[in-house]
Amino acid sequence: MKVTIDGIPVEVEPGTSILNAARQIGGDIVPPAMCYYSKLEGSGGKCRTCLVKVTKGSEKDPRPMPKLVASCRTGVMDGMEVQNITSPEVVEARKGVVEMLLINHPLDCPVCDQAGECHLQDLGFEHGAAKTRYEFDRRTFEKIDIGDKIQLHMTRCILCYRCVFTADQITNTRLHGILNRGDHSEISTYISKAVDNDFSGNMIDVCPVGALTDRTFRFKNRVWFTKPVDAHRDCDKCCGEVTLWYKGEDVIRVTGRKDVYGEVEEFICNTCRFDKKKTADWVIEGPRKISHKSVISSNHYEFTPLPVVKTNPVLMEANKEQFERDTRL
Amino acid sequence: MARKLLLEHINVPGINTFDVYRSKGGYAAVEKALKTLTPDEVVEEVKKSGLRGRGGAGFPTGMKWSFLAKPEGVERYLVCNADESEPGTFKDRYLMTYIPHLLIEGMIVSSFALGAKTSYIYVRGEMMPQIRILERAIAEAKAKGFLGKNILGSGYDLELYVQPGGGAYICGEETALLESLEGKRGNPRIKPPFPAIAGLYGCPTVVNNVESIAAVVPIVNEGGDEYAKLGIGRSTGTKLISAGGNVKNPGVYEIDLGLPVEEFLYSDEYCGGIANGKRLKAVVAGGSSVPILPANLFLKTINNEPRLMSYESLADGGFVSGTMMGSGGFIAYDEDQCIVRNTWNFTRFYHHESCGQCSPCREGTGWMEKVLHRLEYGHGKMSDMDLLVDVSKKIEGNTICPLGDAAAWPVASAIRHFRDEFEWHVTNGAEATTRNFGLAHYADPLTVAATA
Repeated sequence: MKVTIDGIPVEVEPGTSILNAARQIGGDIVPPAMCYYSKLEGSGGKCRTCLVKVTKGSEKDPRPMPKLVASCRTGVMDGMEVQNITSPEVVEARKGVVEMLLINHPLDCPVCDQAGECHLQDLGFEHGAAKTRYEFDRRTFEKIDIGDKIQLHMTRCILCYRCVFTADQITNTRLHGILNRGDHSEISTYISKAVDNDFSGNMIDVCPVGALTDRTFRFKNRVWFTKPVDAHRDCDKCCGEVTLWYKGEDVIRVTGRKDVYGEVEEFICNTCRFDKKKTADWVIEGPRKISHKSVISSNHYEFTPLPVVKTNPVLMEANKEQFERDTRL
Repeated sequence: MARKLLLEHINVPGINTFDVYRSKGGYAAVEKALKTLTPDEVVEEVKKSGLRGRGGAGFPTGMKWSFLAKPEGVERYLVCNADESEPGTFKDRYLMTYIPHLLIEGMIVSSFALGAKTSYIYVRGEMMPQIRILERAIAEAKAKGFLGKNILGSGYDLELYVQPGGGAYICGEETALLESLEGKRGNPRIKPPFPAIAGLYGCPTVVNNVESIAAVVPIVNEGGDEYAKLGIGRSTGTKLISAGGNVKNPGVYEIDLGLPVEEFLYSDEYCGGIANGKRLKAVVAGGSSVPILPANLFLKTINNEPRLMSYESLADGGFVSGTMMGSGGFIAYDEDQCIVRNTWNFTRFYHHESCGQCSPCREGTGWMEKVLHRLEYGHGKMSDMDLLVDVSKKIEGNTICPLGDAAAWPVASAIRHFRDEFEWHVTNGAEATTRNFGLAHYADPLTVAATA
């Protein structure tokens, strides 16, 4: 099937979502996604950051869709034409969504362990306003330790439901879920149960913000001072392919290998994540490649090919700010 | 006096029992449909009648039925949406309380038309008395052979169940209702797939409002063409309107669509005018979600033509100067009501009822509520109105389900039509807490722009 996203045509399999079609093109025209996670079935559609405009439904039915659609949950049709960053309407709506996501977020990045690899930080930087118009108290929750490995900081949560899907699909039992509704809804284990199973640590990896953090890494270091290294070991529970985060000679954190969209390649077990923190436990493969845009690779920027859209004057105009940022170095 | 189709026998003593209902010609539609018609013919009659969904959106019921996927060997379901919780709307509750057999009869005929072997009536949790009434009515109908196996010897089986909800507004959204019916958290599903393809337990499902299903009974009895003669244009048939607010005679009225709003509001047969001899200030025509209109724009369209109670005429002028039929929750405000307070009250409701699944609605409704609270209590700023309009625009159309739109429209329309009242709340903050803005110019005759 042929889809055109922001003027760039791409051939995709039937059943692909618009977001995944855009990811096949890559570059700046990929809509941001906070709740969609390609490895989790049923995720997506909730955060509304990936809204796009469908200007032509398909070859058969060329009518445009009346509303903006969530690209992560809308399948492509043959001949579909989609506008993302070229549509002012989409840019405006996305700005609105980012503002909404941030009004109840504590913005405590300076003390948050997720800072530096936080999707909301990136999203706010790229699409948000410099100042908030919200003048009221933000909702707050107490911090909860769910088990001895994970801390839940509900105040930071954006209710993407990723951790709920992870518990449903990766682990044997789900002990936590969403309680209450509206802006009082919270991720909770109901009467303080401990989430304790072999794959619970993946909830930390899928969390786009700092709501679920690794208690063994809590306040140990800023992520941009640590060095990511790919490594593997023989594990009888998972694939054993991880990223080790070094500070000097010590492994201070183990995570799954995250791709450019922040999604792990394979889920890993808790033994690998929490218990194997010695270099001797691992076979080192080499440094992990981190996007040159990430603060984690500060001081060692690598040359990456410029985005595809570089050649398209319409896209350049629409995305001027981002181009300036990208081409500055 | 117009003819009643649904509420014809509402004043007959004991009409809530099977025997009295039957003696007044009840269950004739079941006999007619099951003995003389095929399911497709019933669907055809409903299509011909032009019946539009009475729950709020006004989507043609016959068309909805014809979209139902009919794969072999897969169950189909009919679900009746009795989760009526729109502020200002109480027509379904009235119907279920006083004439429950009409709904049961409609359910049997509609289930037959759709080929559903199991049907559900999802009733709002707060309506416990209505749940008991319906359960008793179902037991009566079953005892007489109108439900269960081999109804009236036609070979058609139907089981009908009443399911109480948890009392959440969001569960009136059809996919959230299905989730709730399945026993899950009542979050709206992301569409597509639509319920007609994959609804309850993944099977094709039709979800209809109580009144839509009840209206199937007269349609089958008299034929779709007869039904379509009532009403005006594409708004056919009769509609229950639950009139409330500052009218002299609040209550549920069955009107022929196309009745002039002036007649509905002021004639003694219906609302009987505004209570205590006051003047009309504003009207919410179809439940809290539809745009509010000032008196002058409500009685006359922008072209100075009288407005009618019909889907088209109420929507005349779009969102700029029109409103919507909605669910028929008619709320009138007299000159002593405060629009700012009313808007705040509506927004408080949507803030409380937002499911919290998607971000614009979850965060935006709370934000609007806080700003409106500030305005109402005299601490607002001049920039707040533009802020509210902007926030409502960011919510509208960007959410999973229509609750976001429903929360945004009342705010946007109140500011569009009553901006000076909002501004007065800012400039006279202290005074605004002690007295109301009053009628001002909201009932003045419209000045029609000269057409070139």
